[in-house]
Amino acid sequence: MGKFNKMGRGGGSSSNSHWNQQQQQHKFKSKGMKPERYSNVKCEVKDGVMVTEYTLSRKQLKRFPGRKVVDPKLLQKYSKGEGVQQKIYGRKNSILRHKMKKKEEKIHQAEEEAARTETLLTESSGLLEAEEGTYTAHITQKDIRKAVDITTAAKGFDLQLPFGPYKMRFTPNGRHLVLGGRKGHLAAFDWVTKKLHTEINVMESIHDVCWLHTEQMMAAAQKEWVYIYDNQGTELHCLKKLDRVLKLEFLPYHFLLCSSSESGFLSWLDVTLGKEVIQFPTRKGRIEIMCQNPYNAVLCCGHAKGTVTMWTPNKKEAVMTVLCHPRPVKAIDVDPSGRYMATTGLDRMVKIWDSRNMGEQLHSYLLPHGAMNVKFSQKNLLAVSLGNVVEVFKDVITGGASKSYMTHKADGIVTDMQFCPYEDILGISTYKGYSSLIIPGAGEPNFDALEANPYISLSGRREAEVKAVLTKVPSNLITLDPFTIGQVDVPTLQEKVDAKAKLIHVKKPEIDFTPRYRMKGKSGSAQKFKRKQKVKVDQQREYLKAAKEQREALLSDTTDSKTKQDDKPSEVLDRFKPKKKAQKKN
Amino acid sequence: MSIKKINVISRNPDQYLRETKRDIHKVQRNYDPDLHPFEAAREYKLALNAVKLEKVFAKPFIGSLTHTEEVSAISRHPSRLSCIFTGTVDGEVLLWNIATQKRQWQVQGHNGKVWCIVGAPDGNSFFTVGNDKTIKRWSLEDSDLPTDTWLCDTIVTSLTHHRYRQEFVTCGQRVLLWDVGTKAPKTSYDWTTTGDRSDTTTTCVKFSPVQADVFASGDHSNNLVLYDTRAREVKKLKMSMRINSLAWNPMEAFILTAASEDYNVYSFDIRNFDNKGRVVCVHEGHTSAVTDIDYAPTGREFCTASFDKSVRIFRTTEAHSRDVYHGKRMFRVNCVLWSTDNKYILSGSSDHNVRIWKAQASEKMGILAPREKSAKNYNEELKNKFGHFPELRRINHHRHLPKHIYNAKKEHRAIKDAQARKEANRRIHSRPGAVPFIPFQQRSVVGLQDEIPSTSGFSPNQSGGVGGGDEDDEEEDDM
Repeated sequence: MGKFNKMGRGGGSSSNSHWNQQQQQHKFKSKGMKPERYSNVKCEVKDGVMVTEYTLSRKQLKRFPGRKVVDPKLLQKYSKGEGVQQKIYGRKNSILRHKMKKKEEKIHQAEEEAARTETLLTESSGLLEAEEGTYTAHITQKDIRKAVDITTAAKGFDLQLPFGPYKMRFTPNGRHLVLGGRKGHLAAFDWVTKKLHTEINVMESIHDVCWLHTEQMMAAAQKEWVYIYDNQGTELHCLKKLDRVLKLEFLPYHFLLCSSSESGFLSWLDVTLGKEVIQFPTRKGRIEIMCQNPYNAVLCCGHAKGTVTMWTPNKKEAVMTVLCHPRPVKAIDVDPSGRYMATTGLDRMVKIWDSRNMGEQLHSYLLPHGAMNVKFSQKNLLAVSLGNVVEVFKDVITGGASKSYMTHKADGIVTDMQFCPYEDILGISTYKGYSSLIIPGAGEPNFDALEANPYISLSGRREAEVKAVLTKVPSNLITLDPFTIGQVDVPTLQEKVDAKAKLIHVKKPEIDFTPRYRMKGKSGSAQKFKRKQKVKVDQQREYLKAAKEQREALLSDTTDSKTKQDDKPSEVLDRFKPKKKAQKKN
Repeated sequence: MSIKKINVISRNPDQYLRETKRDIHKVQRNYDPDLHPFEAAREYKLALNAVKLEKVFAKPFIGSLTHTEEVSAISRHPSRLSCIFTGTVDGEVLLWNIATQKRQWQVQGHNGKVWCIVGAPDGNSFFTVGNDKTIKRWSLEDSDLPTDTWLCDTIVTSLTHHRYRQEFVTCGQRVLLWDVGTKAPKTSYDWTTTGDRSDTTTTCVKFSPVQADVFASGDHSNNLVLYDTRAREVKKLKMSMRINSLAWNPMEAFILTAASEDYNVYSFDIRNFDNKGRVVCVHEGHTSAVTDIDYAPTGREFCTASFDKSVRIFRTTEAHSRDVYHGKRMFRVNCVLWSTDNKYILSGSSDHNVRIWKAQASEKMGILAPREKSAKNYNEELKNKFGHFPELRRINHHRHLPKHIYNAKKEHRAIKDAQARKEANRRIHSRPGAVPFIPFQQRSVVGLQDEIPSTSGFSPNQSGGVGGGDEDDEEEDDM
């Protein structure tokens, strides 16, 4: 393709044959014309005529260069994994290889198309820069409210409430807020329009509050039990199965309401059926610190011994236990992408962990006091509360957070806080009320309307609710790696060991044998029993014999190495050594 | 003021809300994977839903065309997609419109059973074969008299027309090649073989639609014979049981599929007819003799009719049926037809009815909206992706079967197991190599004409054809 005559490229509108003709013509006739656009000019004399050939560089040849090449970094973000290496299928099975290749191509295409949609995103992320010589941490909320537009300024507000200390929670679309005061105050409202949905006093202490799948329902962990209220403040359910609950979490894709209790019980409750999935004791004492990992729906609990444990409803033991701090853990949070976990402890440290590889911490920061709350924003800002001071850090994951990005001094001790999804807002609840702080650059500017839509209509919400229930993920799919379901099932080491142990420790088979009826006094009960016993014992012995052979074959390779060690040449003085006890045989 | 630059997320609601109530809702998308967690698990759940919905919508029966007698033959209209011809055992030939489910034309074509109806390739006539030893050609103009009649000396049981030449082949006592213009057969394919009775009746004959000169026949002495009109017989293969019907794959010209009396359907590769690889696939599932077979125009699937009162649909590459259709009042199915638009299956049974079924049991009839279409495609893809998961497989493979089929299936399973056990025992207790392993696909084939030992009388048990279910099949032979 790279080689053309000079006029060859000019015949764009002419027909193909004409084009060829021109090409041929000029192969022999064009002499001496040397436009500068063409590189690689080749001249030679053929049959007494000088022929000049121009070779086009590839760049010039492309009149229609096609779609813009996607930035590989962007592709990496949308990558669906490495893909299958086709070599492993061998050369013979070409049909399978062809199929795999086609599939890989499709996946690549999907990745690329997804990456291309990035240009269509309309909103841009927030940012805050200080004048030279000053720090962004010195900028107060007052300054920010003055600097931003009026609608945004209205988003930063303070509520003085008398029934503190307060717990709070935003809905997944960031539109609604529920507040629960220790002295029984329960209030739900649309915090953007400041429209109050309900405000009641439950006349009991409230330990935690939580939205269910929509803003229509919320759960409150009260003194004894967990109650579910609707938008109007009507009590819908009293969940007596969840008693003395300290912390509530809702897994939106599994429709599970999770709770941790004073007595150390964890429970998962399916809110679509109202049935408990599982409830079991962790045997770790009171669990006050619990959060969910939004990436894999695993619950993370912090304990007074400085450990963090992770729990799924499919196993009554912790799927992971990590010693994070030498002192009690005070707060945990996992970032919305599920990649990072932040823990704080009484040792005044904030530690950042890779939540998918919990072996070692990524970074740690020393604070002046022990932080009581820690929260990630969607854009990975980290907010920590130290008494009545809230500090927000930037770049904690890359390790560049030497100074705080923003600070705020609340009028009471901060009891709970959360970054509002899809907004640059940090909500903090204190002993004395609630305030929302404007933190530029905290939220994801572009939402996906099919996942969480702040502007959802009534009918849209209804439809989304039905669709969400239809795609309710079964609770038995909660694992540390959420992609287990799409992968090849490789037996773990534990499973292999168990399978081996099963071979070694065999049980006698039960033999169900009814002796045939025989004439002439041979079918008396004693005779019958004898015959039965004989058959039974014979068969069992045969089975056990076979099992023994199998076991010995299995163990032979492991014992071989042991015996070799024992076969040292014995010395004369060995007889005075203490005698070894006879080894037990299996 | 020390703020140099500030930017805060501040959305204008007008950009996110529809302007009027008549507008559609605005849907902003962000394909960032972090905003879409649990991709695999949610897809799995969707796949599960898709499989369940498929079962919910699996209602294949559309309607039935009622006759006055048992239906014995069914055929496509040579030129119209929505019409079919049916023939009954008392000699009536009927033309039906499938769309309206109405009878359009009717004639007393023969005295006695109509054996076979075949559309002519010219598109405006068709042939019928009756028990009265006549072959009749009918014009598609509304006349109640045949345009042509051929008289034969024996009963003709089947007819097949050449793809484009004016020739057809009939079978019965003899296999005859006729020219449409003449009243006497052009060629007779008599090939009395050793051990066969000379009066053996050929039951079915079928021209290949692609290799137009090749045709195949099956007869009462369990032979499957390949012919070429340019030469004589090509190959003669002995089976352990009779072949009731034949069909050629319209897309893969070398695949010939035979419905056998031993409850199975055999796909042959005629390129490998000489060697052991000739049986490509044994399609199992019926619990009684298979009476008729027809291919889908795509060549990917075929349907079979059986004496066990059911119709089964097989994929050409799979040994077990994809679906099974049965009805409470449906009796023995004599003939079956896959419509040319690949949408419907028609089955004629001895309860005086032709039933119309959907080819895909859960398919929605009529025009699909674009969103429906994409949802359907998405569900198909999900089923492909997750179909092998045990939960999905169980739902997808489950078919409700009538009691007689269910019980017969269980019984055959037991018989097969017993035979396998017996053979294994025999192998253990005899000299190594004395009881050879015979692959399942080769069991019901006795051998080619040249391979058969000339002295034997072709009892399947002698020639190593102790196939699964053969012994009990013989009891069912006269059903």
